[in-house]
Amino acid sequence: MTFKPIRTLLSSVALTLAFNTASAETFVFTAIPDEDETKLVERFEGIANYLSEELDADVRYIPVKSYAAAVSAFRNNQVQLAWFGGLSGVQARSLVPGSQAIAQGTEDQAFYVYFVAHSSTGLEREDRLPEEVRGKTFTFGSKGSTSGRLIPEYHIRETFGEAPEEVFSRVGYSGNHTRTLRLVESGTYEVGAMNFAVWEKELEDGNIDTDAVKVIWKTPGFPNYQWSIRGDVDENYGEGFTDRVREALLALDDPELLESFPRSAFIPASNDDYEPIRSVAKEIGIID
Amino acid sequence: MLSYPTVRTSLIFLAIALVGLLFADIAITANNPWRDLGNFFLGILTPNFFSSEGLLTALLRTVAFAFVGVTVGGICGFLLALIYRFLPVRIFCAFIRAIHELFWALIFLQFFGFHPLTGVLAIAIPYSGIFAKVYSEILEEADPEPGRLLPPGTGTIAAFLYTKIPDCWAQLRTYTAYRLECGLRSSAILGFVGLPTLGFYLETSFSQGMYSDAGAMLILFYVLIATIPLWVRPKLLPIYVLGAPFFLGDGLPIVWGNVERFFTEDIIPSPIRDGEGLAGLMPWLEELFANEALPGIWNTIVLTQIALVATGILALLSFPLISNHFGGPIRRTAGHVFLVIARSTPEYILAYILLQLWGPSMLPGAVALALHNGAIIGHLIGRQTNTITLRSDAVTGFKRYTWELVPRVYRSFLAFLFYRWEIIMRETAILGILGIYTLGFYVDSAIQHIQFDRAMVLILITALLNIGVDALGRFIRRKLALQTMPTC
Repeated sequence: MTFKPIRTLLSSVALTLAFNTASAETFVFTAIPDEDETKLVERFEGIANYLSEELDADVRYIPVKSYAAAVSAFRNNQVQLAWFGGLSGVQARSLVPGSQAIAQGTEDQAFYVYFVAHSSTGLEREDRLPEEVRGKTFTFGSKGSTSGRLIPEYHIRETFGEAPEEVFSRVGYSGNHTRTLRLVESGTYEVGAMNFAVWEKELEDGNIDTDAVKVIWKTPGFPNYQWSIRGDVDENYGEGFTDRVREALLALDDPELLESFPRSAFIPASNDDYEPIRSVAKEIGIID
Repeated sequence: MLSYPTVRTSLIFLAIALVGLLFADIAITANNPWRDLGNFFLGILTPNFFSSEGLLTALLRTVAFAFVGVTVGGICGFLLALIYRFLPVRIFCAFIRAIHELFWALIFLQFFGFHPLTGVLAIAIPYSGIFAKVYSEILEEADPEPGRLLPPGTGTIAAFLYTKIPDCWAQLRTYTAYRLECGLRSSAILGFVGLPTLGFYLETSFSQGMYSDAGAMLILFYVLIATIPLWVRPKLLPIYVLGAPFFLGDGLPIVWGNVERFFTEDIIPSPIRDGEGLAGLMPWLEELFANEALPGIWNTIVLTQIALVATGILALLSFPLISNHFGGPIRRTAGHVFLVIARSTPEYILAYILLQLWGPSMLPGAVALALHNGAIIGHLIGRQTNTITLRSDAVTGFKRYTWELVPRVYRSFLAFLFYRWEIIMRETAILGILGIYTLGFYVDSAIQHIQFDRAMVLILITALLNIGVDALGRFIRRKLALQTMPTC
């Protein structure tokens, strides 16, 4: 084990380097891991197949473990297209000159956050963030999430004039919306903030114990998820490729695929649509 | 008894841990932790080996990354060991091994992305530092006598190969084999940050509560580690080492411009990048220290000290499980199985499991660290007691434990414990990624917010803290004249 001849080292390093064979022609995309991975893989494999056909190109989806990993892969040109949240999209596009938001779900024009609470708290639904959440345990979703972190933190600061760590007795980051739901449902955290679309879909599928967890507040709307594409894809994949991707996404009408997001349709989007997200993120200090 | 320095040192550390407990965040916040724990064990008992077609591939990748990483680390470490007497080399090695594999992986992910090189370097770099230190210690211990008997004019290389190596060969081999086992653990947990090893699927199944799938993966992993003596044979090694690079997977191509950007832009502190100069740097650093570094350092130290003492207590309680002086063969076998499972499970995975089940606090971290490290030390001193021959009329049972065995193994127990102090701290820092507020939590936050300049400063602080604890541990071991053994 110890004394491998030098050539072994050289050959293994050389091979490692040579193993860099994913074809340059492959168009790769990713998505922020905001829900259970099994669901994401199923959903985005479907999108990969759809895009392969529509674009007549080799399209591949790669799953990642964190929001930042999705942003980095986009920035590093290891993926050319991504399904981002509001915040991750703003972060990613500011790092890649020329990149643009090309499509969003109809629902993403006005997206909502649900604050949810375990039944033991006795909290009821109100039309504002209830004062009584103070002192409870609280979980965000992912640190880089728009509906799991940015928007809830903004409203917590607005309501209490303090940082979340001062308002709640314990602040956690569950990782994604499905987990936030499960953690509040099981009482591990008393209160949580999550993506309304995930809640509605889980509710429809009968996956929520409504005796254990309920929605206590729905935030005002904000722009959220979007497909963002790098600025250099036309150069690398042929003139007009960006437009073809946009058209393919906007034309997507497979009800099953749309339902998996869940979105009713995709509509055009632009970078300017996400200006409100940028200013909130700046205010909170998540972006410089 | 208080006149013994070892006892006094132990009591001081016990007191520090007790004070730490007052400040520590210890709680079970889950509503129904025992039901979840029950579900988890049920999952282990009803493993589902066919959950994911990727499982076997993941296992293969785990082995491949371990082999390539440990081989590269071993060779570089050996070369460094030859020049280890130079202070800059020592400092360099101390530094690269003070940064945990997961932190290295998080750094390389930023510019190599999901390329196999990320995983290989994440293992190879810290392992080089560790190998360099231990190999040099082993080589130093070699008997100088054969060298003196050589005729004058013998070449340095020939002298080294013919006098030093044969004397150290067995130890070098044992230690390298041990690191290979560690490499498998490191390789598995790299999956938690997105590399295609076992941790990737383990994280997926756990976070979704699919305990039967997770149970199958854990069982496969234990079998893989427990059967190392069967499948890692000297004759097969060249095949593994040459073959491993072919099984790392393709990943995604490296874009070299990203590497340059990372070093020339990303990690430059933002005030300097924005042209505010040194005047802007001080407030930036102050803010970083006050809000992230200091709370992170405090929590890391508190959790480390609690975990260290808990490790010690668990080691002392568990070594009789495998000691010849107690119980029959059946109980000893059960003890071996328990200790093998506890020490083969990477503490990161243990902590992850317990955090899922008990909710977030320092408790899952402390228990995970104590279980893993306690089982390692318990195994080592349990084996040591088997070499002790007691008088035929020696007391039995509890008295044998307290009056005959513990005093005899106590010094080497402390040596192992202080040896692992630095390792425990390195792990404590990394547990922050899981949501315990140690330094890793703030490193992860900085990376999630795409602020690599902050992440790098925090990783540097973590490394310095580790180097400090390492030095303190060595000082205490020297002070107490505790013999250290590298194979721990």
